[in-house]
Amino acid sequence: MNDIASKVLKGEPRSVARLITLTENNSPDAAIAMKDIHPNTGEAHVIGITGVMGGGKSTLISEITREYRKQGKKVGIIAIDPTSPFSGGALLGDRVRMMELTIDEGVFIRSMGTRGMLGGLTSAVYDVVEILDASGKDIVIVETVGVGQAEVDVIKIADTTLVVLVPGLGDSIQTIKAGVMEIADIYVINKADRPDVDQTVAEVKSLVDIDCSNKDRKIPVLITNARNGEGIKELVDEIKKHKEYLDNSKEFDIKRMKRYEAELIEIIKKRLMNLIFDESKFKDKVESLIYKIFKKEVDPYTAADEILGKILK
Amino acid sequence: MYDKKDLNKIKEKKEEWKKNHYSKLVKNQAERKDKFENLSGTEIRNIYTPEDIEHLNYNKDIGFPGQYPFLRGIHSTMYRGRLWTMRQFAGFGSAEETNERYKYLLKHGETGLSVAFDYPTLYGYDTDHPLSRGEFGKCGVAVSSLKDMEILFDGISVDKVTTSMTINGPAAIIWAMYIANAENRGISQDIIGGTIQNDILKEYIAQKSFIFPPEPSMRLIVDTFEYGFKHVPRWNTISISGYHIREAGSTAVQELAFTLGDGIEYVKAAMKRGLEIDKFAPRLSFFFNSHNDFFEEIAKYRAARRIWAKELKKLGAKKSRSLLMRFHTQTAGCTLTAQQPEINIVRVTMQALSAVLGGTQSLHTNSMDEALALPSEKAVRIALRTQQIIAEESGVTHTIDPLGGSYYIEWLTDQMEEKTYNYFDRIEKIGGVIPAIEKGFFQREIAESAYKYQKDVDENKYTIVGVNKYKTEDELTIPILKMDEEGEKRQINRLEKLRKDRDNSKVNKNLKQLKKAAEGDENMMPYILDCVHSYATLGETCGVLREVFGEYREPAIY
Amino acid sequence: MERKIRVLIAKPGLDGHDRGAKIVARALRNAGMEVIYTGLHQTAEMIIETAIQEDVNVIGLSLLSGAHMTLFRDVTKLLKKKNMQDVLFIGGGIIPKEDVSVLKKAGVDGVFGPGTHTEDIVDFIKKNVKL
Repeated sequence: MNDIASKVLKGEPRSVARLITLTENNSPDAAIAMKDIHPNTGEAHVIGITGVMGGGKSTLISEITREYRKQGKKVGIIAIDPTSPFSGGALLGDRVRMMELTIDEGVFIRSMGTRGMLGGLTSAVYDVVEILDASGKDIVIVETVGVGQAEVDVIKIADTTLVVLVPGLGDSIQTIKAGVMEIADIYVINKADRPDVDQTVAEVKSLVDIDCSNKDRKIPVLITNARNGEGIKELVDEIKKHKEYLDNSKEFDIKRMKRYEAELIEIIKKRLMNLIFDESKFKDKVESLIYKIFKKEVDPYTAADEILGKILK
Repeated sequence: MYDKKDLNKIKEKKEEWKKNHYSKLVKNQAERKDKFENLSGTEIRNIYTPEDIEHLNYNKDIGFPGQYPFLRGIHSTMYRGRLWTMRQFAGFGSAEETNERYKYLLKHGETGLSVAFDYPTLYGYDTDHPLSRGEFGKCGVAVSSLKDMEILFDGISVDKVTTSMTINGPAAIIWAMYIANAENRGISQDIIGGTIQNDILKEYIAQKSFIFPPEPSMRLIVDTFEYGFKHVPRWNTISISGYHIREAGSTAVQELAFTLGDGIEYVKAAMKRGLEIDKFAPRLSFFFNSHNDFFEEIAKYRAARRIWAKELKKLGAKKSRSLLMRFHTQTAGCTLTAQQPEINIVRVTMQALSAVLGGTQSLHTNSMDEALALPSEKAVRIALRTQQIIAEESGVTHTIDPLGGSYYIEWLTDQMEEKTYNYFDRIEKIGGVIPAIEKGFFQREIAESAYKYQKDVDENKYTIVGVNKYKTEDELTIPILKMDEEGEKRQINRLEKLRKDRDNSKVNKNLKQLKKAAEGDENMMPYILDCVHSYATLGETCGVLREVFGEYREPAIY
Repeated sequence: MERKIRVLIAKPGLDGHDRGAKIVARALRNAGMEVIYTGLHQTAEMIIETAIQEDVNVIGLSLLSGAHMTLFRDVTKLLKKKNMQDVLFIGGGIIPKEDVSVLKKAGVDGVFGPGTHTEDIVDFIKKNVKL
């Protein structure tokens, strides 16, 4: 077996971290290692957490993790923050809210920039979920930025998706685009000490009643106060209940297959883009085609046909 | 303020001057910059005339010192009656070493004491706490118990000199130690005078040495207000600070707006508890920075006085004493350079002068070696002499508010007041100071200003002499302060002995009583005093409060 | 291959003055690096554990309280123990010149005190980082 893969399966933090770096950097060594990682995955419960910035997601994750640790579970956390489209750099500050977890051996936290040119979750995130899973984590939490495509894409990777709302943060419901509200398996209304909490709960519950009127599972709406731990145990119980629901209803298998489909698409996309735009074989051809489009000598569709034609040969 | 006809004549003359003299010269010799902006981003014109302040009414807007709106000064005599207090912030190592430095400073003419505590003390930890490792005495004096307070003020008449203590999270406990020490020396608490900084809001915003979350912190502060005006009437129970906000990178306008915003929040909190505004407001004090832009700083202090008086009147204060903005100033540490440190003396001199021209009640001048280490004796002596030269030799104290009436200064004062009220509106829209803190509003504003400033320096838009212009390759030759390496061990031994020698059953009883009071809603000061008197340590006392109130974790904002 | 320089910016000990650390974090982000900002009150153990999990190439510590000799050397000791000497270790803050040479001997690769141009830090990292 691949050396780094075997160390990852033993749960060795340095190797876990190194392999994550390799997948982020699209290193060919990563693909080799992942071949040995994949068969050892599938055990971890993947939880996606999304919602507007300032909703207290990181603190909530910290509390949820502490509860899981009390129950003897090992937790992996992926905290995703946006990469600057201008500089390519990123400020990853979610760990600040999870400081006490840093030296807990049963917790592994990795901060990732969105990096991807295509938006949404990059294929690397799928890899990191698998790596953390294979390294022995019972729970893998993926925290996404509360804006843009990634927040919707999180359902592709998560078994259970939490949407976090905060009362009084503008019009919570209105500011979250319709698409995001629909992805929740559980709604969490955090910062329960805020004044408008009752109103927000009522609004969300009525939305749920309408949406779930003919479904076999009614989406729960929970209230938490991550600052003092209120409602956390109930939330963790609800997450567990959802997993049981998935296992019993065959939804789980469907979800997992959807995840692998999404992952496969990301890998193919990434490989194609690398091939076309990065590797020197096609790079010059592509650049000259772009120039021709600019000069109106060729239209973009014909150019695409040409490139794809060359690849498919 | 001016006769309409005279003003029109001035306007005409100005237009003529602009056309025939100014523009002509600029055509041949462009001005050094396209725009002249001060550090807050306000554009400064080439000249100010009566036109710029014609909307002001002397009696209503400018007035006389000692009278509303106090623009020109809070007292009718100002420095003609009494000079500002020369109060040098000092502290390092153990209480013995700092006690020596205090005696040195008093001997050389300082007129008030100011205590700098080390980081463990600021956070309410004893020297032997694991988090205190390596930090003992490095940026201030370590005070872990009443015993240290006794040594710190040994041989100093605390009934004759006032002491300011820069302490925030555990301020109530340190204050209790000061009171207990005075009482043990037969000096009753109703005659001791001084200040505790005790301003937790700016900790969340800038200095970051908070301990508990906002709500219990505010409760503790109002406890000290109440205890103060009832039992320690000569004590300023808070020093609402802008210094640290400025040091964290804010502009002068932000310093002004955020500090006064905090002040108003404290007043509201005390009133919510039912305290009478005219009882506690006279004991609120302020602490400002004195930065590089000479005239902006002067305008800032003047605007502060007028805004505060207006706001306290709005909140219902009736007594004149409640409207006074009494403040201490410290020259800006962040402007001092490690390169060519001697020239810092020049910077400090100008900053000190603007504080005096701005009417400060108390002043600390930084030493030239601040960017390298804590001040050496020689450096702090020069800093003190700087104040003394301004006071005795320069003649600026002969008259009150010498710059009053300057077209530039009155215009700038007005501008800063307007911009401050803009910020007040924004803070209101967010829901108030504490929601704004939790949403990171202040922190973000400050981080933006700090980043812009650094960019301007990096791009040579803003010059720092010796750093991005007029550099030298000379090696550093000034001697810097060396501290006693054995101090930490000595202090730890002292703590061990203290814990053995005291009556531990009494200590435990007092700590338990404090816990009960903290869990309820009584005023905690009397219980803290009991703990302190029985030689409970700072860490033990603060630990009880930590248990009950929890610790605050801040969001990451750049 | 897409290689980003990953930098950990932290403040060890109790010092709360984070103006410089935040400015450096931002400058490095603007230079295309991924900056893991862990904020205040970090112990050496926390810093090293974070560096391992985040697989950083650079550790940048800021300290203005005077405790750098103890706290920076705690980190260099742990780096050696964990065999992580290929991680670049830079520091900033109030650090007297005579302490700089001692720190460098202990394993600190660069010290950037007051008056440093942010570009100098970026250049130093780019030149000396081991990817």
